[in-house]
Amino acid sequence: MVSPGALRVVRCGGSALRGARAVYLLCAAGDFVKVYSVTTEETLRLMGGHADLVTGIQLNPHNHMQLYSSSLDGSIKLWDFMDGIPIKTFAVGSKLLALYTLAGAEDLVFVVIPKKGERDTFQLVSVKLTKGAGQDLEAKELSVVLDGVGASPKHIAFGREGEYVVSVKEITLQVYFFKRKLLNRFSLRAVKTKGGDNQFSCVACHPTEDCIATGHADGKIRLWRNFHHRKEYTYSTLHWHHDTVMDLAFSMEGTRLLSGGVESVLVQWHNESACQKDFLPRLGSPIEYISMSSDGALCCTVHADNRITIINSNLRFSRSIQGLIKSRDIKTGLVVDPRTKALVLNGEPGHLQFYCLQSDQQLFSLDIVQRQYIHQAGLKQSDLVKVAFSAQGTWLATVEEREEVTDPELELKLWFYNKETQSFELNTRINTPHDNHITDMCFRDMDELEDDSLILVTTGRDCVFKVWVMVEDTDPEAQQRVSWSCDFVGSYHNYQATNCCFSEDGSLLAVSFEETVTVWDSVTWDLKCTFCHPPGNIRNICFGRLTCSKYLIGATDYGFLCCWNLLTCALEWSAHLNVVVLQPDPLSEHIAAVSWLSKESSLFVFKPNEPRPIYIQRNLCKEKILLAAFVPRDEPETTGSEKYLWLRRSQLFFLTDTQELMTLSTRSLEERLTASSKQLAVEESLPVTPFSLLLGKHRRQQAQEDIDLGKLLVHNKHEQASPAVKELLHTPAHVLPSASFLCPIFINSLLISKENKSAEEVADEVEMESEKAEDDSDEERDVTEMEQEDTSHMELLGEMTCKLSKSQEKELRKIRKMDYSWISAF
Amino acid sequence: MAAYKPVVVQACPKLGERITQDTLYWRGYKTPVQIKEFGAVSKVDFSPVPPYNYAVTASSRIHIYGRYSQEPIKTFSRFKDAAYCATYRDDGRLLVAGSEDGSIRLFDISGRAPLRQFDGHTKPVHQVGFLSDKYRVFSGGDDYSSNLWDIPKATEIVSYNEHTDYVRCGCASKVNADVFITGSYDHTVKLFDARTKSSVMTIEHGHPVESVLLFPSGGLLVSAGGRYVKVWDVLKGGQLLVSLKNHHKTVTCLCLNSSGQRLLSGSLDRHVKIYSTTSYKVVHSFNYATSILSLALSPEDETIVVGMTNGVLNVKHRKPEERNEKSQKKRQPAYRTYVKGRTFVPKQEDFCVSKPVKRVLRKYDKLLKSFQSSKALDAVLEPPIMLHTPEVTVAVMQELHRRGTLRSALAGRDEKQVNLLLTFVARRVIEPRFTSVLVTVADMLTDIYQPVVGQSVIVDRQFLKLQEAIGKEIDYQEELLEVLGMMDTLFATFTKKKDMYLEENKSNGFTDTIETNTND
Repeated sequence: MVSPGALRVVRCGGSALRGARAVYLLCAAGDFVKVYSVTTEETLRLMGGHADLVTGIQLNPHNHMQLYSSSLDGSIKLWDFMDGIPIKTFAVGSKLLALYTLAGAEDLVFVVIPKKGERDTFQLVSVKLTKGAGQDLEAKELSVVLDGVGASPKHIAFGREGEYVVSVKEITLQVYFFKRKLLNRFSLRAVKTKGGDNQFSCVACHPTEDCIATGHADGKIRLWRNFHHRKEYTYSTLHWHHDTVMDLAFSMEGTRLLSGGVESVLVQWHNESACQKDFLPRLGSPIEYISMSSDGALCCTVHADNRITIINSNLRFSRSIQGLIKSRDIKTGLVVDPRTKALVLNGEPGHLQFYCLQSDQQLFSLDIVQRQYIHQAGLKQSDLVKVAFSAQGTWLATVEEREEVTDPELELKLWFYNKETQSFELNTRINTPHDNHITDMCFRDMDELEDDSLILVTTGRDCVFKVWVMVEDTDPEAQQRVSWSCDFVGSYHNYQATNCCFSEDGSLLAVSFEETVTVWDSVTWDLKCTFCHPPGNIRNICFGRLTCSKYLIGATDYGFLCCWNLLTCALEWSAHLNVVVLQPDPLSEHIAAVSWLSKESSLFVFKPNEPRPIYIQRNLCKEKILLAAFVPRDEPETTGSEKYLWLRRSQLFFLTDTQELMTLSTRSLEERLTASSKQLAVEESLPVTPFSLLLGKHRRQQAQEDIDLGKLLVHNKHEQASPAVKELLHTPAHVLPSASFLCPIFINSLLISKENKSAEEVADEVEMESEKAEDDSDEERDVTEMEQEDTSHMELLGEMTCKLSKSQEKELRKIRKMDYSWISAF
Repeated sequence: MAAYKPVVVQACPKLGERITQDTLYWRGYKTPVQIKEFGAVSKVDFSPVPPYNYAVTASSRIHIYGRYSQEPIKTFSRFKDAAYCATYRDDGRLLVAGSEDGSIRLFDISGRAPLRQFDGHTKPVHQVGFLSDKYRVFSGGDDYSSNLWDIPKATEIVSYNEHTDYVRCGCASKVNADVFITGSYDHTVKLFDARTKSSVMTIEHGHPVESVLLFPSGGLLVSAGGRYVKVWDVLKGGQLLVSLKNHHKTVTCLCLNSSGQRLLSGSLDRHVKIYSTTSYKVVHSFNYATSILSLALSPEDETIVVGMTNGVLNVKHRKPEERNEKSQKKRQPAYRTYVKGRTFVPKQEDFCVSKPVKRVLRKYDKLLKSFQSSKALDAVLEPPIMLHTPEVTVAVMQELHRRGTLRSALAGRDEKQVNLLLTFVARRVIEPRFTSVLVTVADMLTDIYQPVVGQSVIVDRQFLKLQEAIGKEIDYQEELLEVLGMMDTLFATFTKKKDMYLEENKSNGFTDTIETNTND
């Protein structure tokens, strides 16, 4: 069962707005609209309901507790974002690319839709939202306002009190005056000026004056005035940005103009003059959107790396909401920090991010390169390419490189975890560890041995692999006790070394050299044996674990998966499979292989000692999966099905080439969502008033009295039943099953049963067994499929749909089970 | 939001000896004073009382030098043949010396003629000394005997004939007035007690013993002979504690420093080695022009005097301690202002306003922060930075290269600045840690200033110098590669045949530098 990670989706797009009191931050994130608390940075609500990407959100100008959202699925939804409840859904019928509201228009909203019959032409239309009863309504009354507008929400802005609307596209600026029904069109010269072109990139309108600010691709900002006249219009130019102005925003009173771009500097222009400006530099990554709060106290910028920064009105950095940073190219792979169980990967340029999967938060960001990053297109700067942790997480090795014409600038750094400061400290820095790119790096994982037996192996394209060991400094006055130095350099026939891997006990090192896998003794550094499965270079290698530690698995880029026996030094089995990712589970002998075949990724889980896979998931996703990692669970999950046994100890995460993080889960989506919504229900940040304090005190007293009374009567029963009842009462009403469903259960729970085990439960067990049998048969079917190498997904798809109903059944059963625990109490 | 990150200046670990407290201490001597004597200086001895004059025995004379005098204060020259081993008594008023004719003479420091003469040895006497009761003198001669003399009566008290070869060194115990030791060319060190008729202890050194030394506590004995310096525990019956083999020629003299923490040994291999007496590791070493015969250290380690075979006396004085406390005091504010307000603990109801810590940036960092490339380069081309911390200059150049603005920063400079740049590049380009960056800089400089070559004599000269430096380096690296090839062949013949396919290349750091430099 696949479910997208739903962590934070790449397009944290849309405009971020704020509620009336600047307490909430609303943000369109993928298919959801998220509500954050400005003060605590926590996600308060996750409003899902759209079937596609949310393209625009706007507060209802007549009710500040309501929010309009538009989506590519062609619907506009009205939300009560305080409670996260959808109020109304208006079906428009075509893709909605942007959404605007006006204070003056009572029931009109403006949306950008593609023009019918023409590709890549968009028009701005007004939609009349009909006032009808019921939740789902049709909104078919469309009237075209402007033709030939840009698709981006930044290309349209509404002027002072909704008198006119401005649209920019390429080099034309259109202004449409609603009252006069007049359309003015201004064009810039098409000639490309030196250093850039003057295409429009964004537009913003002054809130109180007739003034339009436009951003251009060459970094200029133009302020247009007097645009009521076709000829006598004027504009002035502000120029600071060296590249495209990504977004513009006026402050509420219009005295300040904020602009941002790829330089990741927020520029504040005072009174529309070029000489007075303030900067907030080094915001981390390019600014995509800028939004002001309605009271003007705060401003927030949305960045290219999936982050929202909240900035004070005096241009001071306030706080930032940070999810998983999506860097353009994740070179480090997915690595799991053994200490925090966090996912470690490339973060900001030159940084390593530690991302907590449980809380969808960045734990911390470790500066590896320690150099000033310059936001400039086409500049090659050092970035992190390899990361490795030692078994206990006490040592961290990182490789950074800077691509150059002649030779790459490489640096290997070793970091030691300082328990006192709770962070990694740089221990050793090695310049130019290899003469060419480093292809792989691994520590010798030896849990039981003490720290000084630690060995690091790096393989490079300069045809050698190097072994680094810790050296103790004998000088008592030296600052550091240990440092790292090269111990051994090995090579094989001058082939490029591509991968390396230590066996579980650390006695053997496997290094792949193009087509050949070499196995080395890790004590004497003697070459023990070589394996080869031509044709094709070795893409991945790994050793089997636990009971399968005598096997070595290798995948070639000609589409073979091979398993060699290290005792007999012979090929045990091989399979024709184009493996992209090969990932062993650190806690069991299972190995996950992700294959890529004609536009779909498939997952195979197998044990090295048998060539038949344990689990197959075809058509995992349409994107190519680049990386995978097993993350150990805190506590083994109890899964009924044998099919998912391999997921018991650890969870598998994937990263696709569109930078989406996914996981495999045995639980259904609803279950996980209810769990999270329960959490949200508790975290209500209501302001504390004297009245609430008074009331709370009074209530508590009452509750205390109640308990005192009850104690005598239902002494232990009350205690036993209380968590279940509490759960029932504290679950928000909108996630509870219907009352008719709950009633019999509740009444049943009050009955005193004579036997411990009711007949119903027995029946349930039988049902479960039969389900298991079904699963088994499913699995067998999968296996036969794989052997045939025939890809027919119809059966699997069918299984998916029936699963959905099953999950509902499961939920049902779960609730019933909860009730039995009450019965046993009686 | 991140703050500006300053340029990282790569600290390169210095190869060779590490700077320790010892190196700093023993380096704190001025350039030596050389005094020419008439013959090989066989003995130098410091007077134990101020002003710490020292007696130098060379050929047939004994010279007494003052602490800073280049000329002898006093000379004893009443010897027919060579004099040996002029040694002060503990109170610094008497001096005793042996001679080639076998007689031992006792001088008063203020007098000129000998006070006493002890005759009894039939062969030259190379070792004499006072016992710690001040009234007796012991001696060792080439007639294999070790004698004890009474000063008041000028008679022989006892004679030990236990050695079987020349007795050439000895030492009296400072703790017990009756105990002295002698070392002989028969490879033994013998411990004598004046109260007994024979030696108390015999220690087998293994080589002809050139010098012996007792620690002030009297518990440890150091003997030098052959290439070895050996330390023995006398109280444990002459057990060998440690054997040091740090010289590659015969060790001729031993000496302790004033605190007893360091042991010095001089050798014919022209080196003086200093050992720690706790770890017995060499902590420092001095290099001299010729073979060393004698060595002495004044009290408080103020002066090191070394006598050499070619008759040169090498005297090193300690530098006076630098006292710049006054200037430091001016800079620092008073203690009271310094701690003012620091000890204040805010109360619970106090509202704390944190004051942002102002970060001090270097000049070049400030300029880099504001993207002023040329000015940043100018800042690090200032003579103090360029001369003393070239790594800063190179780090800024590298940073500019990373930003892609190095070319524009290098361009548009006048003759003087180009000259400065080229001088720097020509001088530093051969240093392996700078090579990769400076090669790029040199490339760019030649590209940019190619059109103006021939207009300035100074710049042309610098270009030629750069060419010469690189040419020399290439030749050098080629030679090194040849040597490496030869060594590889040698290693290959030694490795076993079974590792044919195993190409080991242990000297990776070495090849790294070669490969980067051949790119020039």
